[in-house]
Amino acid sequence: MIPLQVNGAARQLDLPGQVRLADALRDTLGLTGTKLGCDAGDCGACTVLVDGAHACACLVPLGQCEGSRIETVEGLAQTAEGQALMARFHAHGAAQCGICTPGMLMAGTELLRRNPSPSEAEVEEALGGVLCRCTGYRRIIDAIRGVEAAVGAGAVGDRLPRVDGAPKLDGTERFGADLAPADALWMRAIRSPHAHARFVLGDMAGFLAAHPGIRAVLTAGDVPGRNGYGIYPHIKDQPVFAEERVLHRGDPVCAVVGTRRAVEALRFDALPLAWEVLTPVTDPGVALRSEALHAQFPDNVLTTGFVRRGDAEAALAGCAHVAGGEWQTSFVEHAYIEPEAGFARRIGDRIELWSSTQAPGMDREEVAGVLGLSMDQVRIIPSACGGGFGGKLDAGIQPMLAVAAWVLDHPVRAVWSRTESMAASTKRHPARIAARAGCDAEGRLVALDFEGIYDTGAYASWGPTVAGRVPVHATGPYRVPHVRARARAVHTHQPPSGAFRGFGVPQAAVAQEMLWDRLADAAGLDRLEFRIRNALVAGDTTATGQLLEHSAGQRLCFEALRPAWIEWREQAAARNATGGVLRHGVGVAGMWYGIGNTGMSNPSEMRIVLGTDGRITFFNGAVDIGQGSSTVLMQIAAETLGLPVAALGHVNGDTAATLDAGKTSASRQTFVSGRAAQEAAAALRDKILRGSNGCLGWDGALTLDGAPFRPSEALEGYGRFDPPTVPLDAEGQGIPYATYGFAAQLCALAVDVKLGTVKLERFVAAHDVGRAINPTLVEGQIHGGIAQGIGLALMEEYIPGRTENLHDYLIPSFGDVPPIDCILIEEREPLGPYGAKGVGEPALVATAPAILSAIRDATGAEIHRIPALPHRVLEALHSTGRW
Amino acid sequence: MGAYVRPRELRAALEVLAGSDGQVIAGGTDIFPARAHAAAWGAPRDSDLLDVTAIEAMRGISREGFGWRIGAATSWAALRDTALPPGFDALREAARQVGGRQVQARATLGGNLCNASPAADGVPPLLVLDAEVELASLNGSRRLALGDFLLGNRRTARAKDELLVAIHVHEAMAQSPSVFLKLGSRAHLVISIVMVAANAAGRVAVGSCSEVARLLDGRGLSPIDDVRATADYRRLAAAELVARARERLAA
Repeated sequence: MIPLQVNGAARQLDLPGQVRLADALRDTLGLTGTKLGCDAGDCGACTVLVDGAHACACLVPLGQCEGSRIETVEGLAQTAEGQALMARFHAHGAAQCGICTPGMLMAGTELLRRNPSPSEAEVEEALGGVLCRCTGYRRIIDAIRGVEAAVGAGAVGDRLPRVDGAPKLDGTERFGADLAPADALWMRAIRSPHAHARFVLGDMAGFLAAHPGIRAVLTAGDVPGRNGYGIYPHIKDQPVFAEERVLHRGDPVCAVVGTRRAVEALRFDALPLAWEVLTPVTDPGVALRSEALHAQFPDNVLTTGFVRRGDAEAALAGCAHVAGGEWQTSFVEHAYIEPEAGFARRIGDRIELWSSTQAPGMDREEVAGVLGLSMDQVRIIPSACGGGFGGKLDAGIQPMLAVAAWVLDHPVRAVWSRTESMAASTKRHPARIAARAGCDAEGRLVALDFEGIYDTGAYASWGPTVAGRVPVHATGPYRVPHVRARARAVHTHQPPSGAFRGFGVPQAAVAQEMLWDRLADAAGLDRLEFRIRNALVAGDTTATGQLLEHSAGQRLCFEALRPAWIEWREQAAARNATGGVLRHGVGVAGMWYGIGNTGMSNPSEMRIVLGTDGRITFFNGAVDIGQGSSTVLMQIAAETLGLPVAALGHVNGDTAATLDAGKTSASRQTFVSGRAAQEAAAALRDKILRGSNGCLGWDGALTLDGAPFRPSEALEGYGRFDPPTVPLDAEGQGIPYATYGFAAQLCALAVDVKLGTVKLERFVAAHDVGRAINPTLVEGQIHGGIAQGIGLALMEEYIPGRTENLHDYLIPSFGDVPPIDCILIEEREPLGPYGAKGVGEPALVATAPAILSAIRDATGAEIHRIPALPHRVLEALHSTGRW
Repeated sequence: MGAYVRPRELRAALEVLAGSDGQVIAGGTDIFPARAHAAAWGAPRDSDLLDVTAIEAMRGISREGFGWRIGAATSWAALRDTALPPGFDALREAARQVGGRQVQARATLGGNLCNASPAADGVPPLLVLDAEVELASLNGSRRLALGDFLLGNRRTARAKDELLVAIHVHEAMAQSPSVFLKLGSRAHLVISIVMVAANAAGRVAVGSCSEVARLLDGRGLSPIDDVRATADYRRLAAAELVARARERLAA
């Protein structure tokens, strides 16, 4: 018995001393508010207070807690000090997905107890042990310090705190690992440690006999339906379990299912599994000349995206100034703080699946496919999603959980470790880009030639989407009359590259914006004025031949930066004049981003129901992954109905109750699902108006002749929106997107020219979002996007087998994200709900190029390989000959 | 699950150690991550654990004889928050930068030394302090210079039946002002690319640039290429940080 005090109550735990405090809290005491993100003390999500001091509960043996006082978020939520801090987090939007929030709250509480008025630097130091992937940290700093927050009631345009905020703060939110039937078996995938190998599975009966806790070993032969899944209907290439050959490190060959203890204690070398290791192809250039990974794609080219307008080659020859170069980017890991987790259970001839996801509708299709069931036999219940960023769009954990629960007819759960999550999930495509661009003597852009090779890894995933989107965006938000742009997604024995905030566009923007800096210099123009001169405006035609009729606020974004641009550059010049090892610079970059799928249908359907009990319920299938879509859609629906947000109930994500809103990706939920929600609300309002016989009241609640309105039968408002597009032809001509987000960002920084280190000082970000339905949430997206852009530019590089944890793979921490000013430009989009577009991905795209532009401004050094780790920056500094 | 004991007396701990193949655990901030790493690819570890954090004799910072004694199970947080003479400034700065406050509150100086990472934050400051480690077993105790204790990457001179019980620093070194500089790719929670400790007595030590952090004594460094930096970069950065550390001491 280990005596201790938990949240003020005395407890005696009959557990071995080696048990981690985190497991004792979560599994024995049911206190799942303490989250596990890495099991290594790298992320701090499991921060609790032990005798008043910070501790990662994943690193503390329970034996050390004998006689100790343990405080968790559940206890904090019962105290006045905790409630006050939670209210501040709520008002500031300091919790997005919520997975790091308990850790942040506990760390913040410890700080505030010893220092009630901390400075920014003191907050950063005290909370530096907790990572957040969503917020960019600034709002958390404000919430801890008690900076006043603007809060609105819930009309469109109001800063309504998120409608799903409370459970993210008090520890009651249920993420993938927080819920499962008590009798669920545990599953663990056995994954290839080799990038390319053949394998043979041997005598399983003998293995099972020797491992009594293991109930089954599932292999490809156990998959009842199609042993393959993938985004595209014609490329279901990713096996639930590999057959004979593995194509990347992390490919699953089988899974063991059994008691938790047996599954966790299993050594992989106990399995009858023999490997023949083969040489992997890890370089996409080599892959073009190598044996095919998939017979369907003999040259390993999964997809080629292409856009041609005018004659780029000829036009370049006539340009007054031409710039060219090559760039290389790295695999980037999504690093959501919540690793994949969930459970599945079979109910007769149906299957139910609970898991963390961005795409319940697609999960449903994939589960039906691998089980050989019809769609109506599959129910997906999304858990709260502890970060996605594109990485939880693909089915990953879902197909194998479904197979296990179906075959064994028993509930089965799984929780991936951080390393398994990193090895098994998709990545941002590494890109190799060669590009040339030219302008005339006045600095007007004339031509761009762009060639990109994107390493799409072992399986298709979203590779075709990336290759299709990149050439469309290759010019950036600028008028370029002559364009030839090609992007190829090439298979290698690397991790499958998939969707990651920006779908390949952030990589292309790095090349494009550096070319503009060079051309501006060559033409003798200010870099910002060069961009203003060339920025797309309404009335311009894009490289795909699309006439931009409305809501093209790129020039306004740049112009909004002008005051800071002038002031910051003067400051940098003054500081540089004093000499020293720190050189200061200011960078600028623009970006545009097509909202929704590229040239193909991507509808959303919504319904809102007024029940006979008088209650209005919004059935919303758009999964909120922390970005705030539930809040935005509720604001739209309520405004359209003419009622306050509080008058609406909300059902989110469950495929048995909601219609398919499409995936939470491509920055589409505000624009596409928002419009569908608006249509649904308008339809319901219309039915209410037509169906009532008396005096309706809309003041706070729906009334008829002063009493609550209860229709004799339920009234349903249905809404659907599919943004109008025209598929691209062979020359890449068409209307790929119904609307675009536009943005421009400035970055000020200092480079240490002796060490190659970069210290970011501040950002200002101007974003044309059409209409900010909820400015706090829009700014939250911008902050978080900039934080991920900082990671892309300066530190993130996934290397299979080497950076499979969060201490070798670095994401920005407190102190890496400087102050950010947001300027919201609202050029109304007529198709969007109340004029709104999207912002999720636009937030990230301009950041890395703005940072590289600032490094170049400060030192003359051009970075052609990111992340710009100190040794790469120093090399670039030396190559200028100036340092 | 392996056995777990947490004795209160050193003698009891040494008896357990003498009869066990288990691991010694203090803060747990290296053991649990190592277990997670091993389990990730199907080689879970399940060793017995001897927890030394309840042994009073291994905790605390005290004046003793001609110097200072730091119990091996003293946490980084205790070092960070204790007022000490200027010779310890480098060590206390390292304490502020080792992990976050979560790690600082539990990880121990002795654990940092016994884990013997090339990037162990405690080593350069203690080399500059000319620290000695005190090892105890049932057969008695011995003292070793820190440089003799650290043999290589994850290798020390600790015998299986020995515990590292304390770190000793002479008063002269404790009074010599010192600085610590750590270079990494982000603000917090970073394993260093290079780190340097130096004191006014002219002692300079460099970490993360050789298998074991070492005093600059004319021997060249032997850095490696890894995911954090190239060897060439480490050489240049080490030289620069050494120069800056000396400048700071001179100021």
